[in-house]
Amino acid sequence: MKRKLEVSELIFKIVSYTLLTVFALGCLYPFLYAVSASISGRHAVDYGEVVLFPKDIQFDAFRRMFNDNMFWNSYSNTLFLTVYGTLWALGVAILGAYALSKKRLLFRKVFNFYLVFTMWFSAGIVPQYLNYLATKNVFNSVGIMDDKWLVVIAMGMAAMNIILLRNAFENVPSEIEEAAIVDGATEFGVLSKVFIPMSKSTIATVALFFAISRWNGYFWARQMISNAHEHPLQVFIRLTLEDFTNSETMAGWNESYASDSVIYALIVCSIVPILIIYPFIQKYFAKGTNAGGVKE
Amino acid sequence: MRDKGSDFLIFDQASGTYRENPEQMVRDDVEKHYWLHVGRTILKDWRLYVMLLPTLLVFLFWRYLPMYELLGAFKVSDQVKPVADQYFAGFSYFKTLLVGGGASAGMSAEFWRALRNTFLLSFYGLCFGFPMPIILALFFNEIRSNIARSVYQVLTYLPKFMSTVVMTSLVMMLVKQGSLTSGAGIVSQFLARLGLISQETANAGLLNNPDFFRGIYQISGIWETAGYDSIVFFAAIIAISPTSYEAAQIDGAGKMAQMRYVVLPSILSTIVIMLIMRIGSLLNIGYEKVLLLYNTNTYVTADVVSTFAQRYGLAGAQKGIASAAEMMNNVVGMLLVIGANTVARKASNVSLY
Repeated sequence: MKRKLEVSELIFKIVSYTLLTVFALGCLYPFLYAVSASISGRHAVDYGEVVLFPKDIQFDAFRRMFNDNMFWNSYSNTLFLTVYGTLWALGVAILGAYALSKKRLLFRKVFNFYLVFTMWFSAGIVPQYLNYLATKNVFNSVGIMDDKWLVVIAMGMAAMNIILLRNAFENVPSEIEEAAIVDGATEFGVLSKVFIPMSKSTIATVALFFAISRWNGYFWARQMISNAHEHPLQVFIRLTLEDFTNSETMAGWNESYASDSVIYALIVCSIVPILIIYPFIQKYFAKGTNAGGVKE
Repeated sequence: MRDKGSDFLIFDQASGTYRENPEQMVRDDVEKHYWLHVGRTILKDWRLYVMLLPTLLVFLFWRYLPMYELLGAFKVSDQVKPVADQYFAGFSYFKTLLVGGGASAGMSAEFWRALRNTFLLSFYGLCFGFPMPIILALFFNEIRSNIARSVYQVLTYLPKFMSTVVMTSLVMMLVKQGSLTSGAGIVSQFLARLGLISQETANAGLLNNPDFFRGIYQISGIWETAGYDSIVFFAAIIAISPTSYEAAQIDGAGKMAQMRYVVLPSILSTIVIMLIMRIGSLLNIGYEKVLLLYNTNTYVTADVVSTFAQRYGLAGAQKGIASAAEMMNNVVGMLLVIGANTVARKASNVSLY
């Protein structure tokens, strides 16, 4: 039996569809505009003739980007930081979370507080910067000259992620662990054969958080990496933007495309890879927000 | 006759006498040789502690050692000497920032302005940014078709996947200033066309105008996070049993009454928790976005404590002042977070940590 829609219900439906459509299109518009502006002609971009669809289509802005060695360089640096940074942070976090999930761990509360306190209080930008300089000297003195490795090891560890993992490990039934121990598994065997497979989805979520923060990392990468050839993509984008919006350096711009198109092309290039993997990672993203609240 | 005995003595039924409690003997032993037992337990389980070690070290080196550098807030800044060897300056930096006076009056005013901006940016986020995800979640709930809802959700989550740099770059380009050879950004032009801002304002660049910074900051914040933040509220809404709606309908509740008496009470606890957490982080503002969006023209409304510290401590050389400024901000911020967490725990038994 189908109930007739009441008037109030109908109005509410219409209103919500309309507002949602407006909001969703508003969310989408800047991206569409960026794509259009990156492939439109110079005059059309400079004088605001591009509104939604591209005009006088050209691909020279993209060509310029793709011919720029620094662009590819920064891309590979970002990949380097993301892959190694995620592996390092995830490895450390899994080991630490496993130990913290064990009730028999002595001083468990102290260690937990040790992590949680860093979520409450951070020393701030300047002390962190001084600390990075000091660790950089230590790294250099043992022969690691690449600033990239310092960024990989020092950055991006988040107490929240360790706590998420710890909670997932705590939910693994202890009977399974005991069975594995009876079968002669070592501590490490229990972790790799029981705990990691049983909390795969949380690990994927946490890995995603680490990877995203690495991929998006900007401020400290810029502060800590002095060599321009080691800059990741985000720093490269920002430096290009600063360069291209400086009216003095842009006065002599004499290309067939607008200087803005180059920046839009760069923005498009940095978003596309994320769009490609987005369908695969979306479900882990949605999971992560719900894991935030923990019943105690 | 006692049959339970105490911690120390147990009544032995068979012999009818008291004897010592063996468990208590173990406890006594542990108490007497506490650290020996700690050592033995750790040795027995040494693998566990080795696993914990990397985490402890990473946090020690890059979370706790910077706190040691905070000593610089109490010492005379020196570019060469390590913080331990610098001369003690007492609370002079704090005094400079809070009270000012004399030559440092300007800096004190700047600090208070930064503190005010930090609070205001968060507070406006609370007023405008916080309700948006809830409203979005209510709207999502109205869409019965799963495919249509997924499309809407994907579109609204999308901005969350941009980095701060890309997001701010887009914003800067959309409201950029015009010049002799090019027009203003497309959004500025659109607003000017609508008559909301004058053509001159649009051409001068909205991000060069302190009046617009807070608005741009909030709108870009909503654009970036509203869709993604709605996930948690939407999850609370779809957890409502359909029978609740049916019961309300039988009682003659229209759409608004259902919202008021079914949906709202069900998601209220989620809203309260999120609100408390948000209040707790009022002073922990993401400095990266401000740093990327602001410029010398908009310091009046845009400068927050972290960017103040960045400007004086990293770009300039006044590390002591910068450390002191951020330390005050972060200590108050920490008290707020702890307070919020305590309230949340009391209110609903849910704790973030």
